[in-house]
Amino acid sequence: MNRFRFSNAALDTAALRTELADPACGGYAAFEGWVRDHNEGQRVLRLEYEAFAPLALREGERIIAEATDRFGIRGALCVHRLGALALGEVAVWVGAAAAHRDEAFRACRYVIDEVKHRLPIWKKEHYAGGDSGWANCERCAAAGGADDGHHEHGHAHAPRR
Amino acid sequence: MSAPLFGLLLAGGRSTRMQRDKAGIEYDGQPQLARAMALLAPLVVRAFVSVRAEQRGDPQRSAYECIVDALPESGPIGGIHAALHAHPGAAWLVLACDLPFLDAATLQQLIAARDPARIATAFRSSHDGKPEPLCAIWEPASAAAVEAWLATGQRCPRGLLAQADVALLTLRAPQALDNINTGPEYAAARARLEGAAPPAPARRLRVQYFALLREQAGRSEEAVSSRARNARELYAELRAARGLKLEPAQLRVAVNEEFADWERPLADGDTVVFLPPVAGG
Repeated sequence: MNRFRFSNAALDTAALRTELADPACGGYAAFEGWVRDHNEGQRVLRLEYEAFAPLALREGERIIAEATDRFGIRGALCVHRLGALALGEVAVWVGAAAAHRDEAFRACRYVIDEVKHRLPIWKKEHYAGGDSGWANCERCAAAGGADDGHHEHGHAHAPRR
Repeated sequence: MSAPLFGLLLAGGRSTRMQRDKAGIEYDGQPQLARAMALLAPLVVRAFVSVRAEQRGDPQRSAYECIVDALPESGPIGGIHAALHAHPGAAWLVLACDLPFLDAATLQQLIAARDPARIATAFRSSHDGKPEPLCAIWEPASAAAVEAWLATGQRCPRGLLAQADVALLTLRAPQALDNINTGPEYAAARARLEGAAPPAPARRLRVQYFALLREQAGRSEEAVSSRARNARELYAELRAARGLKLEPAQLRVAVNEEFADWERPLADGDTVVFLPPVAGG
């Protein structure tokens, strides 16, 4: 089973957790990214995610492999939603299991950070008032590509070494 | 006394690798068949075009005297066989139709060195040293050798001359008999003959669009024929054609489902994706 996946349906986080069950593990950490009702001063009503799936799946698998190597964990898994999401839904889930808690926490943090930076996944926000916009793109476009330093740039980045 | 020299231009091939009739491809605006006949005709008593039965009505070929293959699907040796039987008293200066670098001097060298006491006079290949059967003089006596060769089920005229009593010459211009079988070889030959640099061939590419670029392009993918050498040039073309507003500095590139450099050369059949700023999580 792939350790990075996409899902078009709501995530069953309890079931995902059981995939990492391992009697050799004493620590498990999970991260859930939720759909928030605001972003950069705008009221958000709902989201849509899309991805260039073949590349994202491959790169996601590489991120899990990197986390496994770096932190010596026994298992990790990440699932990202695609399609339309309502407020409060889980957009992304990461779980990591290791012999001790420290590796589990650190691996979990590494995976979500890298996923956000590296995977070709895009988020369209629908705002109160009817506007919509692609996160990290619209202001970028308006700024003519100049990094104004005030918002987190979402360019897909090479792995950080 | 030696037999009179007739000319035979082999134009019955199927040009399967070229995917178009080699007789009709042009250099300096002249079809290859007409170019070759113009070289051959002044040097021989009569010049013929060798054709398959179904090519008899082809206007390009029927402008000349034709000899129709009697043995279907036997390739060039079938054409030579038909000529030797149609005019048993003649020797044949046999020429392939796909020799764009052949010149009169090379044919004059061959004719001057002709040895009617052998079954053929031929050049040694610049590539493998074996006899070149398709720019050679086949004497009347070669008819028996051809019959015997065909009777054993063999078809390769080069193989026949390699084991026969043949006068062998060295080419003065080593490239004179280079032949043309594929589109890229044709493009290179034209460039050599017409003194132009070969143009970068157009590549067939597939471009996929995601997120903001998909909305700006008004489509999620398209097939593109482009001379762009790399992703940077391709994006510049598409940006103008599709009104894309993102700057290259804001994008990353993927080729065939892997991240790639903007400068990486593109190949025919590549799938290219320009990745807008990402926002997972």
